[in-house]
Amino acid sequence: MHCASCAVNIQRLLQRNPGVSTASVNYATEKASIVYDSAQTDPQQISAVIEKLGYKALITNPDELVDVRQQAKDREIVVLKNKFLLSALVSALLLWATLPLLMQTAPLPLKNSYLHFFLASLVQFWVGRDFYRSTWASLKNRTANMDTLITIGTTVAYLYSVLVIFLPQVISRLGVTPEPYFDTSVTIIALIILGKFLEARARGQTSQAIKKLIGLQPKTARVVRAGKEVDIPISEVVVGDQLRLRPGEKVPVDGVVLSGETSVDESLVTGESIPVYKHADDTVITGTLNTTGTILIRAQKIGRDTMLAQIIRLVEQAQASRAPIQKLVDVISSYFVPVVLMLSVTTFAVWYAFGPAPALLFALLNTVAVLIIACPCALGLATPTALVVGTGLAAQHGILVRDAQSLEIAHRVNHVIFDKTGTLTEGKPVVTDIISTSANNKSQATSHILSLAASLETGSEHPLAQAILQAAEKSAVTVSAVTHFKSLAGRGVEGKIHDTKYLLGAPQMFSSIPPQVSRLEKQGKTVVLVGTPTRVLGIIAIADTLRPSAKHAINLLHRQGIETSLVTGDNPRTASAIASQVGITRFFAQVLPADKEKTVRQLQAENKIVAMVGDGINDAPALAAADVGIAMASGTDVAMESAGITLVNKDLTTIPLALKLSRATLRTIKANLFWAFAYNIVLIPVAAGVLYPFTRILLSPILASAAMATSSVSVVANSLLLKRIRLT
Amino acid sequence: MSLDKIIILISSVGLIGFIYWFFLSRRPDDSPMVTTAAISVSGGYSPSVTKVPVGQPVTLTFTRTDPNPCLEELIIPDLKIKKDLPLNTPLALTLTLTRPGVYPFHCGMNMYHGKIIAV
Repeated sequence: MHCASCAVNIQRLLQRNPGVSTASVNYATEKASIVYDSAQTDPQQISAVIEKLGYKALITNPDELVDVRQQAKDREIVVLKNKFLLSALVSALLLWATLPLLMQTAPLPLKNSYLHFFLASLVQFWVGRDFYRSTWASLKNRTANMDTLITIGTTVAYLYSVLVIFLPQVISRLGVTPEPYFDTSVTIIALIILGKFLEARARGQTSQAIKKLIGLQPKTARVVRAGKEVDIPISEVVVGDQLRLRPGEKVPVDGVVLSGETSVDESLVTGESIPVYKHADDTVITGTLNTTGTILIRAQKIGRDTMLAQIIRLVEQAQASRAPIQKLVDVISSYFVPVVLMLSVTTFAVWYAFGPAPALLFALLNTVAVLIIACPCALGLATPTALVVGTGLAAQHGILVRDAQSLEIAHRVNHVIFDKTGTLTEGKPVVTDIISTSANNKSQATSHILSLAASLETGSEHPLAQAILQAAEKSAVTVSAVTHFKSLAGRGVEGKIHDTKYLLGAPQMFSSIPPQVSRLEKQGKTVVLVGTPTRVLGIIAIADTLRPSAKHAINLLHRQGIETSLVTGDNPRTASAIASQVGITRFFAQVLPADKEKTVRQLQAENKIVAMVGDGINDAPALAAADVGIAMASGTDVAMESAGITLVNKDLTTIPLALKLSRATLRTIKANLFWAFAYNIVLIPVAAGVLYPFTRILLSPILASAAMATSSVSVVANSLLLKRIRLT
Repeated sequence: MSLDKIIILISSVGLIGFIYWFFLSRRPDDSPMVTTAAISVSGGYSPSVTKVPVGQPVTLTFTRTDPNPCLEELIIPDLKIKKDLPLNTPLALTLTLTRPGVYPFHCGMNMYHGKIIAV
């Protein structure tokens, strides 16, 4: 669009379009918002209409509207700031003119009570008009909120002052010196607005983490079409497109590398701190940063399906969920305001009937103090703000918490049970040893063993067979044709090669077992033997390599006082070997996948709060049975249904980090709730004047409003402190 | 005790009773069963109770006309839904509730409450 009239034209055209109820086109932001009936039209038809006029329409995903919303919020904050400045100025002038020691220095015109009335009315009805609007809207629904309390409180002080100025004789007749309290009503409003301003700003910071994640999505991509490279908006990229990525650019979609090599900094998306080397067939993740090389990728997942979009969605869902600890707050908040209203009426009646003279004044001021000091907001903000900061922080480290409940349970975990394959280990077995049992030329003999094994395993999908085939491919041994092939359920295979019958499989298949077997098994390796029915020819040992972070992660857990154990389908010897390599003392061996769940329950029966770490697919039942299931995400899929916590990166040290973070978040929530409750429980009675008979202490409404403004800000600030926690 | 004090005490008791009745008394739930509902968000949610059938897609359209920032977020904890409600922009949520029950929702500061009842 080149000018504002383009916007007007498009808008007019859109509004004439059947099915469109409202359309507004903004020239400055280059955005159109259209409300339409989905039965009559759809975004494609609408964009076709716009294109007919000669413009190009891009359909934005609602997820991308964040910018617009952010602008609206920023505007709100500016308005609050201006309102605060005005009311603070008026409040300062009024205090100058009315405070006992200062009033002598005030210029004469400032002492005019009609000027006070004018200024106070300005603040009461212009600055405070949102309080009135909100109160009126609430009352129509027979509900009440914090604004209701502030409206009633300030209106009482304001109306009393108006009465003092215009009908002082009425007040005198009641035995009270007619003195206005405009400074009170104005200062309360100024302080409450200040509180709202600070709170709005701080609340914006709580969700910074998710905003950062949203900001990682590049807006354009360089697509290679018909041999040419063109920059196009990200919304026009389709699955299968080939995209060129140069150094310093962010990956625009989830894809697979077609050519080139580079290293990619994934830290902002997965929390993985070391750049990852990528070459052909490797997966790249949206939002990660290409650092050194130029690569060509093919788009596999776009828009809502990318890992980044899934992460954002999961974090948002977690932030919307309710922590069990919140239940009590929910109940209290639904009664809070009406109860405070009743308390304020009681305060008035008791002071009026039984208080010292001037009873009316005491009754009024204390009633206003009660209304103003009550702060349901602090209670309402206590849990959600901490949750938003905690889950956001977690996401930055590659920890996705499914819901508040998982976070709340995670902080009590005292036992972590690890699945072996694919969790503690890479999950990709490799051949580590080939031993020939014949005395002849060793190197020739070992390649013969490998050749026999590879021939017998050709075509098998079993992970151990894959390891043998890969080793065979690596050492380029010949693979021969096999006849009379037979699979011996669960133990091995047999077949004829060049008319000789060979066996391959578990040592138990053979009558004599070579002595090396037990040594290899003690090292945690899986051993298969190759031979004829009568003689063992060779031994192949296969092992799964440990993840580099495994040992450190378990050490960190032990230091946090958390027990660990290992569960695996392997034999006890392998299990013991792996466990001792990483420092785990307790293990459960020969557990079938379906029985891992029972192992979890067994530990729970020992009164342990169990977190189970697994791959999220084979271990789903065990993950679901555990108090907290922790899944290691595979590929770019992170939405694990069975897991309470999903780890985006493969770094096992993220587990102690996740548990630490959950404890810190819960500590913050509890502290927030404690202060919010304590604040209201202690200060409402003080404002009502319960201390007066003993100590002559009363809370002025101005102090009450200062306390109220501080309370909710301090809750948000305390939640923000979570960001400073040392996680390493 | 003087007459004015007695009057104040009696009317205070009356006022407390009124506050209880106005805000806290249970109102008969006569809301009809619907599959689409327009919920206006202004000083609370109106209607605050929406009754919907289980297992059928239902569409609830929330429109916020109240600038109070408390209402700018809509949270349905049991459904893990947290949405921003931009001022004067309808937000349509299409849900299929598979289990009967009460699904409360509230604003960002847990100050205003409403509920969806699935039967």
